[in-house]
Amino acid sequence: MNFLKNLFKQPGRNAVIAVPFLWLTFAFLIPFLIVLRISFADLDSGDGGPFGTLLTVADGILTLKIKFANYLFIAQDELYAITYLNSIKFAAITAALCLTIGYPFAYFMARAKPAMRPVLLMLVMMPFWTSFLLRIYAWKGILANNGILNSFLLNLGVISEPLHLMNTQFSLIIGMVYAYLPFMILPLYANLVKMDVRFIEAAADLGATPWQTFWRITVPLSKSGIIAGTMLVFIPAVGEYVIPELLGGPETLMIGRQLWDEFFTNNDWPLASSVTVVVILLILVPMAIFNKYQAEQEARK
Amino acid sequence: MTRFLHRWFGRGWLSLGYLFLYIPIVVLVVFSFNSSRQDMVWSGFSLQWYAALLNDQEILSGFGLSLRIALLTACGSVVLGTFAAFVLDRYQRFTGRTLFTGMVSAPLVMPEVIIGLSLLLMLVSVQKMFGFPERGLVTIWLGHTLLGMAYATVVVQSRLQEMNKSLEEAAMDLGCRPFQVFFLVTLPNIKQALGSAWLLTFTLSLDDVVLSAFLSGPGSSTMPIVIFSRARLGLDPRVNAVAALTILVVSIGVIASSLYIARVERLRSKQLAAAAKG
Repeated sequence: MNFLKNLFKQPGRNAVIAVPFLWLTFAFLIPFLIVLRISFADLDSGDGGPFGTLLTVADGILTLKIKFANYLFIAQDELYAITYLNSIKFAAITAALCLTIGYPFAYFMARAKPAMRPVLLMLVMMPFWTSFLLRIYAWKGILANNGILNSFLLNLGVISEPLHLMNTQFSLIIGMVYAYLPFMILPLYANLVKMDVRFIEAAADLGATPWQTFWRITVPLSKSGIIAGTMLVFIPAVGEYVIPELLGGPETLMIGRQLWDEFFTNNDWPLASSVTVVVILLILVPMAIFNKYQAEQEARK
Repeated sequence: MTRFLHRWFGRGWLSLGYLFLYIPIVVLVVFSFNSSRQDMVWSGFSLQWYAALLNDQEILSGFGLSLRIALLTACGSVVLGTFAAFVLDRYQRFTGRTLFTGMVSAPLVMPEVIIGLSLLLMLVSVQKMFGFPERGLVTIWLGHTLLGMAYATVVVQSRLQEMNKSLEEAAMDLGCRPFQVFFLVTLPNIKQALGSAWLLTFTLSLDDVVLSAFLSGPGSSTMPIVIFSRARLGLDPRVNAVAALTILVVSIGVIASSLYIARVERLRSKQLAAAAKG
């Protein structure tokens, strides 16, 4: 009752809330519920297929029909285990490499002259305005057997035969690191540029070597930037589709591609839905950790 | 000596990093003028790929469709994102706030394959019930706007948080109704954020492959879908020409907008200085 009373007390406010709320319910929540529902169905079960109802009333008995066949299939088929593990593996490698390259990058950006910083920042953001798809496509031209890198090395005489780089783990990881590096640099830069340099000066005054200062002062102080950057790279990388499809090979099967194939090539919608539900669970865990960490950070401020 | 090393190591690292970020872009532009058909080996200057592009109906009509969808997406995302940002920033307590917060930001981290698949399955169910909508412009718009709204919300919300709320209170005290306060005080204050959210969601829509592929029907291929399907098959020099043209447009846009922002900033600091003088 209280809820209803509140609902009509502030009509303007409630209308403002209702517009985005209804939109998200329709465009985000309901689709997921449908996926969840279809993931419990059979491809062809004679009861209206994946779009039939789960609840049926026959002879006065309410039956709830949930089929775990798809989930069992995913659990038993080795291919899925490999695909899920591959996704996590390549996302983790990408995040680690982005951190290794991006941390010094963000550090030197933050230590540049204040007048230079906006320019350096702008140069990191600029590639975002060029199509992601085209930038990934460019790597095909660079890494292909008759591509730029190979012809460059051949002309130099470093190699006598073109290296096979495309459609390997190498090309996949290059593309992933390339695409996600700015997502690592930007939060790290925002963190490092705010750092109080007096801590660093104090450490130097107390006799710390530059390395000691870096490892014992700078890195711990930038912990939240490191975590934010790593999550911003890792989480979307797990579900990446375009990069593995364009640059990856047969041994770099990732879950995004698997899902796509299940859906478009095999036309197995229930199985694709189950794969989706598992991916969501897989992504929700790191996301929850990240959110909890952020909430703790907020609380400390 | 260490300072010297430190400085040069820093410069070296930054240069290599920028080189890595920009090499693919430079390669696309340079090789769009290549006369060779097959590989990425330079064999002379030529504009033939630009000419080929002008006769490429598939890409041209894809571009037209992409442009229309991007315009609609940017507008829809900004409107919905502003609503959502306003709700998140101003209404701390209401039933379902946790769910709301989760739903607003979830599209940012959900893989696009998943969003695309779930939207398509929903559209198929709706179509089974009502016989519409046909897959095409509207359904692609729906997916793009769902994603764009999440980005627009982040941009607008951060501006709303910074905004000086006493301006709104003052307007309220002077007798403005809530709608007037919003349109006369709040909107002008956040208009820059709305502008950047619009541009961001516009480019996002123009670039999207995965959602578009799930939500498009026969005969409604956007430009990224066309490019993607060609890129899967191999290298296509016409794609380099498309890339070079987008880079040209983007550079002009970025330079023009940074000049404009610099001018606005100058005006503002002048006004502030004048106000401080009294």
